[in-house]
Amino acid sequence: MTSLVKLAVYGIGALLAMIAASKAHDTLFAVHMWIFALAAVIGIIVTARRADFSGKAKPARDPDAYLDSVVRAGMIATMFWGITGFLVGVIIASQLAYPWLNFDWAYTHFGRLRPLHTSAVVFAFGGNALIATSFYVVQRTNGARLAFGNMAWFVFWGYQLFIILAATGYLMGVTQSREYAEPEWYIDIWLTIVWVAYLLVFLGTIYKRKESHIYVANWFYLSFIVTIAMLHLVNNMAWPVSFFGSKSYSLFSGVQDAITQWWYGHNAVGFFLTAGFLGMMYYFLPKQAGRPVYSYRLSIIHFWTLIFMYIWAGPHHLHYTALPDWVQTLGMVLSITLWMPSWGGMINGLMTLSGAWDKLRTDPIIRMMVIAVAFYGMSTFEGPMMAIKSVNALSHYTDWTIGHVHSGALGWVGMITFGSVYFLVPRLWNRERLYSLRLINWHFWLATLGIVIYASSMWVSGIMQGLMWREYDPQGFLVYSFAETVAAMHPFYVLRAIGGTMYLTGGLIMAWNVYQTIRGNLREETPMGEAAPAAA
Amino acid sequence: MDYETFRHFSDSWGAIYLFAVLAIVVLYIFRPGSKKHYDEAGKIPLKRD
Amino acid sequence: MIEKHEKIEKSATLLLILSFLVVTIGGLVEIAPLFYLQNTIEKVKGMRPYTPLELAGRNIYIREGCYLCHSQMIRPFRDEVERYGHYSLAAESMYDHPFQWGSKRTGPDLARVGNRYSDAWHRQHLKNPQSVVPESVMPRYAFLADTPLRTDDAAMHLKTNAAIGVPYTADQIANATADMIAQGDADSETAEALAARYPKAQIRDFDGNPKRLTEMDALIAYLQMLGTLVDFSSYKAEENLR
Repeated sequence: MTSLVKLAVYGIGALLAMIAASKAHDTLFAVHMWIFALAAVIGIIVTARRADFSGKAKPARDPDAYLDSVVRAGMIATMFWGITGFLVGVIIASQLAYPWLNFDWAYTHFGRLRPLHTSAVVFAFGGNALIATSFYVVQRTNGARLAFGNMAWFVFWGYQLFIILAATGYLMGVTQSREYAEPEWYIDIWLTIVWVAYLLVFLGTIYKRKESHIYVANWFYLSFIVTIAMLHLVNNMAWPVSFFGSKSYSLFSGVQDAITQWWYGHNAVGFFLTAGFLGMMYYFLPKQAGRPVYSYRLSIIHFWTLIFMYIWAGPHHLHYTALPDWVQTLGMVLSITLWMPSWGGMINGLMTLSGAWDKLRTDPIIRMMVIAVAFYGMSTFEGPMMAIKSVNALSHYTDWTIGHVHSGALGWVGMITFGSVYFLVPRLWNRERLYSLRLINWHFWLATLGIVIYASSMWVSGIMQGLMWREYDPQGFLVYSFAETVAAMHPFYVLRAIGGTMYLTGGLIMAWNVYQTIRGNLREETPMGEAAPAAA
Repeated sequence: MDYETFRHFSDSWGAIYLFAVLAIVVLYIFRPGSKKHYDEAGKIPLKRD
Repeated sequence: MIEKHEKIEKSATLLLILSFLVVTIGGLVEIAPLFYLQNTIEKVKGMRPYTPLELAGRNIYIREGCYLCHSQMIRPFRDEVERYGHYSLAAESMYDHPFQWGSKRTGPDLARVGNRYSDAWHRQHLKNPQSVVPESVMPRYAFLADTPLRTDDAAMHLKTNAAIGVPYTADQIANATADMIAQGDADSETAEALAARYPKAQIRDFDGNPKRLTEMDALIAYLQMLGTLVDFSSYKAEENLR
């Protein structure tokens, strides 16, 4: 019966998408509607093939058995989009060093690939990691199966469709030009539907719980889901030129549009890249270390102070602009106070290992998680510093910002995700252990050194750039033309691309390791922490 | 309500509200007798695989 | 009291509502006042909505992701003002849906690039940036000169902007497509009417090919008007402190 309903929904969806494609105001919109239609047709085929019309009763399933197949799919999606996003990152980094790599073709220009890179790493890699781990964690910490049957699968596939629409849109030039919220209005509506389903599954599972207390990791995940929903809805308010067209105009203009966008932009960092991944940290770090978090009370304070303060910090992206001064100052003060919860959280994470520090030597997964927390601490120290107006006067518009973002994204978000994936894969596929721990060690060092090269080259180039722009000679003339400051960036752009390539290589090693683990292979190797055989 | 009154409200009462709520949260969590309750909660992840 | 707090930790709904309240109040308190700013934005003379051709050029600027490397927001520092011109005013982006302030300067700020270079320079620079600025890392946009500009839906774009608060008149909307074509042709019969509808509009062939209206025409028309509208001789900074 439910198969029939599903088939009907897919059928209507496919039909509507094809009608919209035929009426399209522009080609880009038509292409996207065909993608929608194709997705619905695939849905029809899969449902029809799996449907069981025999009327026989299915064998009863344990109602509390975890729904882990969707988490496994999420792991593979995380790996796939991670590699894609890192690769596009290396490409655009190389384009800035060698502009001929733009290939004189609109579809491979920096301006179109850059949103592809940011969305691929933040929303495709990070988003899939968050959805998959949240589904895993919410079942374990509440002792309940994911709610609403297979809705979790709708969330998974619906989210992949969102990613494909967004990515193809960027390449074709469908963009709202709102950083980290580039997809156009109809893609935003689709994401809203998927996100509501996500919230329902997550909340529904908590409602079914056996535990009286809701574990704090769920708080972080929940605030991430709710706040992203709110930010997404407000920031993407727009009016389409045609309901069958791909172009829309933001409801807001100028100053109001800028503050709305950066209120969104900063909280995408705060709630997507921070709160969500803290949920990950508060579950997987204690789990891998085999001991509870250092101070549970501190984790609750971490939660409330973080969500309280983050939401105010957006204006630091608009220092010295036409935004009124008082908003800038308020944003600056709240950004500086953010340092407290962030470091509270970092200390809480690190101290979880107190008394078990030897694990750092023998367990490369713990090492990955600990370096993630260390990078969290480092970039949340740097961030508030850069939010101070006088520092920002130098750093804004320069590569320093790019370096800061990447120490947070590659160091914190990337590393905590890698650690969690390494933790999850053997458990999800029922393997004795990972294919190789030594390969994790390789991944760890390639990624760490890659980040160090990336961040330090961007610090140097960013500060140099800022200083060159404002350098005066004794006669009171500006010393450098803009073009000269661009030329001075070249060696650092090359270095940055090298750092990024190392990080990508680490990702590829991980993909290999995960692939072999899933296949059930075990690599013969000396255990970590023991001396290598004499031959090596 | 015009822009000026609005902004004065924001950068005075808004900020006070923020810090007041934070103080309440912190005081609350460190209320006497709460340690045991929270220590128990911290062990939740280790209960199930 | 103790039981009450445990309720929060035990009730998913309460946790949801409380954390939602926390984030909305923070956002509201900070952002809402700015939506009352409309009537206190600096009073400046000269701001007008974009011409249909400039608007089309602006949409190409957005489509190609120019904002990722070029800011349009000059900060009030000596070096920026000397390099780029008078610092940017809030009023100058009052008709910008969406704003294009940017966040990174891989290339220079463009807030006042209008009338600084010739059309020929822009053409050459867009087709092959390194041929005029050897140090540049900008991609090549020669394809814009070969892509005809879409003109049939100009009125729809103006209408949409009017619906969200940009003061386009019925006259401007009715003549949108005609105005778009006329701006790319100095000899056009309707050039005068266009100039009356949009003061300071620059009317000429921008892409070096008078026979065709291309995306290059639109983009250069947009670049050439950036920062040229406000009359700074009548602007008094002290009166506009916020």
